[in-house]
Amino acid sequence: MTKHFFGDTAVLLGRSLRHITRSLDTIITTTIMPIAFMLLFVYVFGGAIHTGSESYVNYLLPGILLITIASGISYTAFRLFTDIQTGIFERFQSMPIARSSVLWAHVLTSLVANLISLVIVVAVALLMGFRSGASALAWLAVAGVLIMFTLALTWLAVIPGLTAKTTDGASAFAYPLIFLPFISSAFVPTHTMPGPVRAFADNQPVTSIVDAIRDLFTRQPVGASIWIALAWCAGILIVAYALAMATYHRKISG
Amino acid sequence: MTTDTAVHVQGLEKSYKKLHVLRGVDFDVARGSIFALLGSNGAGKTTVVNILSTLLKADAGTAGINGFDVATQAAQVRQSISLTGQFAAVDEILTGRENLMLVARLRHLKDAGRIADDLLARFQLTDAAARKVSTYSGGMRRRLDVAMSLIGNPPVIFLDEPTTGLDPQARIEVWKAVRELAGQGATVLLTTQYLEEAEQLADRIAILHGGRIIVNGTLAELKQLLPPAKVEYVEKQPTLEDVFFAIVGDDGEDAAASGDQSVGTNE
Repeated sequence: MTKHFFGDTAVLLGRSLRHITRSLDTIITTTIMPIAFMLLFVYVFGGAIHTGSESYVNYLLPGILLITIASGISYTAFRLFTDIQTGIFERFQSMPIARSSVLWAHVLTSLVANLISLVIVVAVALLMGFRSGASALAWLAVAGVLIMFTLALTWLAVIPGLTAKTTDGASAFAYPLIFLPFISSAFVPTHTMPGPVRAFADNQPVTSIVDAIRDLFTRQPVGASIWIALAWCAGILIVAYALAMATYHRKISG
Repeated sequence: MTTDTAVHVQGLEKSYKKLHVLRGVDFDVARGSIFALLGSNGAGKTTVVNILSTLLKADAGTAGINGFDVATQAAQVRQSISLTGQFAAVDEILTGRENLMLVARLRHLKDAGRIADDLLARFQLTDAAARKVSTYSGGMRRRLDVAMSLIGNPPVIFLDEPTTGLDPQARIEVWKAVRELAGQGATVLLTTQYLEEAEQLADRIAILHGGRIIVNGTLAELKQLLPPAKVEYVEKQPTLEDVFFAIVGDDGEDAAASGDQSVGTNE
């Protein structure tokens, strides 16, 4: 039945995209928290933070974008969980379709929803004075990193979506992901942190991803940071995909 | 298994951890017939249906649908069946029409819109076609659910407790739909805990108890298991159901549409 994979995925993608356009609140609520953080840090704490760059919103935006994605992917877990609860997941599984298209449709929907949220957050940042002289190519590179990061976290979100027992359980896993940027170079330079915290911050994925995006925005030579960032994204993506697929096969093989 | 057998189940066993739910289930369902699997809650009816619809693997035994083995030819089995689960598995955010079109497209049929419109008309959902399913009543949802199962005319249809939670009118509508299905040559396997439902619909009835089929036969055969009927004279009182239908009318349409009527004004 795999010959229908692309067709079935397209049909199911159309279905969950309708869910998004009919409940735009899921996109709004995704963007509220990152925008609130951005307002709080730029207008309240920002004055006391010395980053070495002339505009704090320029410094902050890359981390805010990652927080946006981390809060957006919890809706993938939620939608998948709802499908299982309502029985429509089983209905799809009992039909002559390419079975993995059910998951792919949710993953691609997450990608679309997160890209919309990211555009909204960037627009707000522009209103707050964010400016970048980045070339079109650099913007494409930023988009590429963000897409990789979204895919990686979305496949991670598939796991609780398939296994959760309650709605809260399905979305709670995202909280640590949302707070990971706080212990990174997203808000303050890591050299101000005490030793062990700095060691963690310097070596966790958010710092390298944030640094790479920041370099792209400020037209700095990106150097090794973008490769480390992409390696982190690819690594998380591969592990999360493998775990999600294993969970899925365990779930549908009964 | 002969060509007249649509469902063939032999020696089916299934355990969940320590719970031995199915301990060797055997039955056959003749093509074009309605077969009711009767049993109390937790008897394993849903487990049987889930194994037959390839959602669950049996620990032992074999099951064939339309000549295909559920374990080794799952893809062909899925082509031959449709499953209506215990809870109406419909998409709440889509409209009724979109739900039907979704299933038609997933079954790779052409002209999904026309298929949807036909079924909407058949199940008296045309007026609600463009409304989100979240606004539907329980009966409408179940009708849509059953309609979604008919798309592509699968030869074998599983209905797992199709009327649980429905009001009497909606139940009668679902019964009507099930009879229509069988009338068109489909084989229907339904599970139920309502004895009346089995009596009303089924050509054959099997009782699943203690992990095995303990009785399997026509209603007449089952009745012969008990001593012959004794003639007694009993004053016939109207049942509450008779009263209910006399008041609200049993045309099966939504109760809300027929307006209110006070007791005493007979139709």
